[in-house]
Amino acid sequence: MLTLEDLSIRQTDFHLCANLSVPTGSLTAVVGPSGAGKSTLLSAIAGFVAPTTGRILWQGQDLAPLPPGQRPLSILFQDQNLFPHLTVAQNLGLGLRPDLRLGPADQARVSAAIGRVDLTGLEARKPGTLSGGEQSRVALARALLRARPLLLLDEPFAALGPALKKEMLDLVRDIARENGTTVLMVSHDPDDALRIADLTILVAEGRAEPPVPTRSLFAAPPPALAAYLGN
Amino acid sequence: MRVAARLPGGLALALVLALALGSLAAVLARSEGLGRVTPADWAAVRFTLLQASLSAVLSTVLAVPVARALARRRFAGRGLMIAALGAPFILPVIVAVMGILSIFGRAGALNAALAALGLPELRVYGLQGILIAHLFLNLPLAVRMILNGWAAIPPERFRLAASLDLGPRDLWRLIEYPMLCATLPGAALAIFLVCLTSFTVILMMGGGPAATTLELAIYQAFRMEFDLGHAASLAALQMALSLAVALVSLMAFNPTAFGAGTGRRADAPPHAGRLALWLDVFWLCACGLFLALPLLTVLLAGLPFLPGLGASLWMAAGRSVLVALSATVLALALSLSIALLVTALPRAAGRVIDGLAMLALTTSPLVLGTGLFLILRPHLDPVAFALPIAALVNATMAMPFCLRILMPELTTLRTDYGRLSESLGLQGLTALRLVILPRLRRSMAFAGGLSAALAAGDLGAVALFADPQYPTLPMQVYALAGAYRSNAAAGASVLLMGLSFFLFRAIDQMGHRDADA
Repeated sequence: MLTLEDLSIRQTDFHLCANLSVPTGSLTAVVGPSGAGKSTLLSAIAGFVAPTTGRILWQGQDLAPLPPGQRPLSILFQDQNLFPHLTVAQNLGLGLRPDLRLGPADQARVSAAIGRVDLTGLEARKPGTLSGGEQSRVALARALLRARPLLLLDEPFAALGPALKKEMLDLVRDIARENGTTVLMVSHDPDDALRIADLTILVAEGRAEPPVPTRSLFAAPPPALAAYLGN
Repeated sequence: MRVAARLPGGLALALVLALALGSLAAVLARSEGLGRVTPADWAAVRFTLLQASLSAVLSTVLAVPVARALARRRFAGRGLMIAALGAPFILPVIVAVMGILSIFGRAGALNAALAALGLPELRVYGLQGILIAHLFLNLPLAVRMILNGWAAIPPERFRLAASLDLGPRDLWRLIEYPMLCATLPGAALAIFLVCLTSFTVILMMGGGPAATTLELAIYQAFRMEFDLGHAASLAALQMALSLAVALVSLMAFNPTAFGAGTGRRADAPPHAGRLALWLDVFWLCACGLFLALPLLTVLLAGLPFLPGLGASLWMAAGRSVLVALSATVLALALSLSIALLVTALPRAAGRVIDGLAMLALTTSPLVLGTGLFLILRPHLDPVAFALPIAALVNATMAMPFCLRILMPELTTLRTDYGRLSESLGLQGLTALRLVILPRLRRSMAFAGGLSAALAAGDLGAVALFADPQYPTLPMQVYALAGAYRSNAAAGASVLLMGLSFFLFRAIDQMGHRDADA
C-alpha cells in the first residue's frame, strides 16, 4: 500500500496537500485541471520534490531517506525517457544495472523484455530512429526490467495518437496485472482513466482526494471535477 | 545527476585559485612595494590602457558595418567567410604578427607600393602596428559577436517593419540601434580584456619608452634586467589593473559570450538602395582582404622553405605538441569538474563559483609565470620544468573558454536527463561514463581543440623562463625572426600555423565520429 500521510507540498504560489492511500496492485488514475499539482504529486513520490511536511510510505516504510534511484518505483516522464546516444538494448540494460556491466543472464532478460513489448530486432537501434510508439515501448520495457513494485506514469503517452495511446494503455494494464505492479497514472483525459484505471484520485483546489472507483466518480462528478470536465 | 561533482570540482577550483592567488602572494612578497615603480612603469600602465581601449573601440566600431553587410546579404561563400572569421582564434599570435609584418612591415607589400608611388613609408612599429595587429586578431571576434546580435533579431520583426513601410532610418532607430547598444559594450569589453594582457603582439611590434605595456615590462625586467624585485612590482601592478577592470566590468555588465555564430537564418533582412549595396560590398571586401592577405603572404613566403626546415624545428614542434596536449587534458579536466560543480549547486552559489573561475580570464600569463617561478625556485630549477609549467599556465588560460563552451551544454543535459538519470540510479563515474561524456563529446572535443591550438601557439609564459636549448615552436619562430633569418622564420611560421590548425581540427573531429544521436 502506498500511503501519503498528512502530505503537504508548498512552493511559491502553489500548495498541495494529500492524506490518502493507494491499495497494492491497483491501477489508479490521477486526474484534475492542469496546474493543480498532478505531476508535482508524482515528483514527490519519486523523490524529486521534497514534501514540506508529512510522509510518503510504501508498505509502511518511509521513503524520505531514499534517493530517487533507490525508491521501490519506476517513473516514466512526459518525454526524455531514453538516452538518445545509447542503443535500445543499452537503454534497457540500465534498468538492470546502471553501470551496464551485463552478464549473459542479464542479456537474456533484456531480450525477453524486448520480446514482451514486440520490439524484437530493434536492439541495436538508437531511439532517434524509432517512432514515438516504439520509444514508449522501450521505456515501458525498461520499467518491466527494473521490476519495482510501483510504476508512476507522468503522461508518457500524451504525444501519441489516440489509437497508439489506447494500445500503450492496454499494454501497461496487461504488464501491471502480470507482475502485480501498483500503477499511478497522471492523465488529463477522462477516457484514459475510464479505460484502464480501477480507481481515480482527483487533484483540484490544492488537494489530492483519496482514490474512489473510477466509474462512480465520473458517473457523479463532484463540483471541481464537473467544472474541469465542462459539464 | 548525482555525480559526486563537488569533490573534483572543488579541487579544480582550489587549484585554479591557488595558482592565481599563490602567484599573487609570491609576487607581492617579492616585490619591494611601489617604491620600485619608476616613472617609465607608470607610462607603461598608461600605454597598456591606451592601446587596449583603442583596440577595443576600433575593433567593435569597424565590425559593425561588416557584420551588418554579412547579416543582410546572401552571397556564395558567405558561410565560408563566417566560418573563417573563427580562424584567428586558433591562429598563433606570432604567425598573425608575421603576416601583418609581411604586408605592413618595412619590407612589406604596402611599403613597396608606397615607395613605387613616391609616398613616404608607413611605420608599423609602435602604437599603429599594435593597433593593426589587435584589429587583425579581434575584428573577426567582434564581427561574429555582433552578427549574433543581428541573427538574434526575429525575422518577424523585419517583416513587421516592412509591412508598416518603415524606411532604413526607422529600421535603424527601432531595431538595429537598440540591438547594437545591447551588444557593443560587451564585445568591446571582451576585446579590451584580451588586449590588456596581450604579450606577443607588443613583444614584436612595441617596445621602447613610447610603446611598452606592463606585460612587456615584466618580461624585460625578468629576462633583460634579471631584476626579480622589479618584475614582481610590475606583476603586482598588472594584477591590480586586471582585478580593477574585472570588478568594474562585473558590476557594469556581462561580457558578451565568445559568439559561436551560426550565420543561419530564414530570410535576410531587407536592404535598401544601390549605395547601401556598394557600401556593403566595400566593407566585405576590405575586411576579407585585411584578414586574408597577411595569412596568404605568410603561406606563400613560407611554404617553399617548409621542407628545408632543420631537425631542431621539428623537435621544437614535438615539444609544442606535448605542451598543447598536456594543457588540453588539464584544461578539460579542470573545466568539466568546475562545470559539474556549478550546475550541481543552487543558482546563486553556482554563479559565484562561475565568477571565481572566470577570474582566470583576467590573470596574465606573465604574472602567473613570474609567481610560479618565485614559488618553485627555492625547491627546484624552474627552467628545467619550463614545459610542464607552460602547460599548466596554458591550461589555466584556456579553462575559462572551455567553461563557457561546456556550461550551457551541461545545463541542458541536466535539464533533459537529470531526473531520468536519478530515477535509474545512475551516479558518479557511471553517470560520467554512460551519460555525461557521450553527451558532451562534441563540445568537449571543440573546447579541447581550441585549448590545444591556443597552447601550441602561445609564446607568453614559456618565453619567460624557458631553456633556449629546448625551445617550443613559437619560441623558434620568434628567435628566427629576431635573427633576421626571414626564410626559415617564414617556413617555421607555416609549420606552426599548420600545427595549430591540425591540432584543432584533429581534436574537434573526435567529437563528430559516431554522431548519430
